[in-house]
Amino acid sequence: MKLTLHIWRQQNAKSKGRFVKYDLDDVSPDMSFLEMLDVLNEKLIAEGQEPVAFDHDCREGICGTCGVVVSGRAHGPRDRTTMCQLHMREFKDGDTLWIEPWRAKAFPVLRDLIVDRSALDRIIAAGGFIGAPTGSAPDANAIPIPKEDADLAMDAAACIGCGACVAACPNASAMLFTAAKVSQFAKLPQGQPERYRRVKAMVRQMDFEGFGNCTNHGECSAACPKAISLDHIAQLNRDYLRSSLRADRRIVSEVGAG
Amino acid sequence: MELNAKIPDGPIEKKWEKHRFDMKLVNPANKRKYSVIVVGSGLAGASGAASMAELGYNVKCFCYQDSPRRAHSIAAQGGINAAKNYQNDGDSVYRLFYDTVKGGDFRSREANVHRLAELSVNIIDQCVAQGVPFAREYGGLLANRSFGGAQVSRTFYARGQTGQQLLLGAYQALERQIGLGKVEMYPRHEMLEPILIDGRARGIVVRDMVTGELETHLADAVVLATGGYGNVFFLATYAKGCNGTAAWRSYKKGACFANPCFTQIHPTCIPVHGDYQSKLTLMSESLRNDGRIWVPKRADDKRPPGAIPEEDRDYYLERIYPSFGNLAPRDVSSRAAKRVVDEGRGVGPTGVGVYLDFADAIERLGEDVIAERYGNLFEMYERITDEDPYTVPMRIYPATHYTMGGLWVDYNLESTIPGLFVIGEANFSDHGANRLGASALMQGLADGYFVIPYTIGDYLARTKFEPLGADHPEAVATVAEVEGRVKRLLSVDGKRTPTSFHRELGQIMWEYCGMARTREGLNEALGKIPALREEFWENVTVPGEAMELNQSLEYAGRVADFLEIGELMCLDALEREESCGAHLREEYQTEDGEAVRDDEDYSHVAAWEYAGEGKKPIRNVEQLNFEYVELATRSYK
Ligand SMILES: Cc1cc2nc3c(=O)[nH]c(=O)nc-3n(C[C@H](O)[C@H](O)[C@H](O)COP(=O)(O)OP(=O)(O)OC[C@H]3O[C@@H](n4cnc5c(N)ncnc54)[C@H](O)[C@@H]3O)c2cc1C
Ligand code: FES
Repeated sequence: MKLTLHIWRQQNAKSKGRFVKYDLDDVSPDMSFLEMLDVLNEKLIAEGQEPVAFDHDCREGICGTCGVVVSGRAHGPRDRTTMCQLHMREFKDGDTLWIEPWRAKAFPVLRDLIVDRSALDRIIAAGGFIGAPTGSAPDANAIPIPKEDADLAMDAAACIGCGACVAACPNASAMLFTAAKVSQFAKLPQGQPERYRRVKAMVRQMDFEGFGNCTNHGECSAACPKAISLDHIAQLNRDYLRSSLRADRRIVSEVGAG
Repeated sequence: MELNAKIPDGPIEKKWEKHRFDMKLVNPANKRKYSVIVVGSGLAGASGAASMAELGYNVKCFCYQDSPRRAHSIAAQGGINAAKNYQNDGDSVYRLFYDTVKGGDFRSREANVHRLAELSVNIIDQCVAQGVPFAREYGGLLANRSFGGAQVSRTFYARGQTGQQLLLGAYQALERQIGLGKVEMYPRHEMLEPILIDGRARGIVVRDMVTGELETHLADAVVLATGGYGNVFFLATYAKGCNGTAAWRSYKKGACFANPCFTQIHPTCIPVHGDYQSKLTLMSESLRNDGRIWVPKRADDKRPPGAIPEEDRDYYLERIYPSFGNLAPRDVSSRAAKRVVDEGRGVGPTGVGVYLDFADAIERLGEDVIAERYGNLFEMYERITDEDPYTVPMRIYPATHYTMGGLWVDYNLESTIPGLFVIGEANFSDHGANRLGASALMQGLADGYFVIPYTIGDYLARTKFEPLGADHPEAVATVAEVEGRVKRLLSVDGKRTPTSFHRELGQIMWEYCGMARTREGLNEALGKIPALREEFWENVTVPGEAMELNQSLEYAGRVADFLEIGELMCLDALEREESCGAHLREEYQTEDGEAVRDDEDYSHVAAWEYAGEGKKPIRNVEQLNFEYVELATRSYK
């Protein structure tokens, strides 16, 4: 099939970007979206033009590296599907697609479709962990965990950190991402000791990075390739409220002594 | 070169304990005076970097992705082994050790494997403490499943996303140390060369992949955790960015490369479907717990699967290997699939595939149970093929998946370059000629959490370090070397893209150095690869500039290295005149296609030493001694 692509081209973080139009023939419905971009890039290189820069790695929907907005939808038209798992059979011959990077103040564009998502890592560094230094663990079966809780924790932990939630949110909030981590640990006995300092520290970092506020649009969960539920945001809000009722203790724990 | 594996003496179950006592310690206050570079943030790198930082060392960690959480380990699906014996089914450290040595077809080092089996139990404890949400039973205790090559249930898992959850655990520990200022993280930085000073690894040259800047980073020791080189085959289950560059560049500076031809072809991947295809997707081996593998009995049977009655189906693994059945080890299962396809009994539009059928399991357990166990895998399959595996059997075929070969390391995981340590898939150490399922995650975390933090301390305590600056002549020379290579790649200005070279190399490797190898074929490949490499350097085209984000340049550098690695793999395959594990030489097999080992002549590790441009590398040998597991013909019948 034939497609018309309007792709965001931007040389680097400092330069201005614009959409450039490309016509692509011979798109097979069995190609993935990224394979379609590969084919375009091979063609561009052969013509002596610079290929479109886009982020990708695992190409099986788990690493969270890929992600662009296709005609207004983060990760394209199919629900619960990353760009790399979206296949061209979702589109029709003659379609026109507008392809652009995640748009958020906290995600500056580095080149073409590539953005800097390191703000998400810094939210984790602020508190998205359980402080259990290597070697300090008791036997794995010492603390039974009800299957329901373990399953709920796993649902939250399935987040791949792609940033589609931020891209889809009208406020560019990272609430779903942050809440998923808070909620995972809130479900587990191991997560209890740091529970309230964690939520506080993570939310503080999120605000600091320039992400917007959550005003309950729900676009994040709709765009999420792993269908992370809005319930986690409710959990975060409850924990956050409780944490502010507690005395403000030092947020960051001491260095673990190995 | 004399290879000293430094295996501690004493009985095997006491070696690691004794060694830990014998190793020198760095006192807590002094640890902050030492610095360590860790290249890689997968299971091995992230766990190693976090654990060393927790001890007090100053760590710098590098990865090529935009975040350490995206390392290729994230894609592991099926599970991680540990000798917990929670199922009371007769497992033990010794049995895991035994299975792994046997599974590796007696080409691994007993002492290393035993240590791995011992540490397996600590890994699970550590991960649970970090909040890894492993699958559990209703009683609240951990669940297990079985995996290929084992008759006990010792595999721990988190749905079909075990690698993701284990990596996030290690990543979070790493981020915690980043937050505390003990680790400096450098994402989007690619290591292009190690820096050796007075024969020791003292740093690396990296390219900032956003600005193109070449940077010098110096430290007291360097740890490579850069994963496997299986993308040499182009189509593989690896993430697209996985590469052999860090290992290869270290090889060319003096680190021996061990058993490069030992590459694992995984039996259950989605078959190739088009020539624009960019990668192959694995369907976890755990599916073989409940799926049954079959092809039609007759080569000309082109009926759809549902129309083929029981009596016309050949469940060939169950038929040939009755005691292991669909859970036969990977090398054995892969070759069996190749045989039925070669006989013309393959299925699907290309005829290159076999069925993996869940109909019986769904009838026995119900669709819900199957969905709970494998839902995300079924979904992934459906996304790619547009077929519903709940109603139509999956089609699968083997694909490259793992490299058992890698940089040679001694018991301390130190390479033949002093101060250069290698952990995880990047080293060669524990899986011999064939890795058992769910053992790579185990090895990566054992190396990172529990081995390297000890052995690095011993190295640091034993070594005297001169302070260094980036202006040291060796550092300056290494930067110049990298700069030269980058310039050269950009200046060829030919007609063919890096992808087209990579694809062609992959075809050569798959054909001649894949599931079955012959002397003639390998010699053929050894003619073709250098010719292709020559063409690459005359005719590749790399658009863009050095000092910018340039994905073509990154990729071209990796392809250039694959074009050299592929040749060493073929040479190694040629000179190992036996069949063992994943390495099947057609000249050495039984009538029904089972591998025939030659323990007399090849019970050793082949560790290749670089001898200079255009010179044949030197094949050094580390003899393997089997004191505990008796050398026997592997049989899964
Ligand atoms: C699809 C799939 C499923 C699997 N399932 C299982 C399973 O169920 N059980 C199991 O035990 N094993 C499984 N494996 C194997 C296992 O996942 C890997 O062997 C293991 O995760 C490798 O971990 P690692 O830490 O050694 O390397 P990786 O996770 O590959 O990490 C490599 C790191 O090095 C970095 N890097 C590489 N080169 C450079 C460079 N030049 N400069 C800077 N950084 C660099 C990367 O950025 C990355 O951070 C699976 C593998 C695949 C492909
Ligand atoms: S490339 Fe990994 S999720 Fe798409």
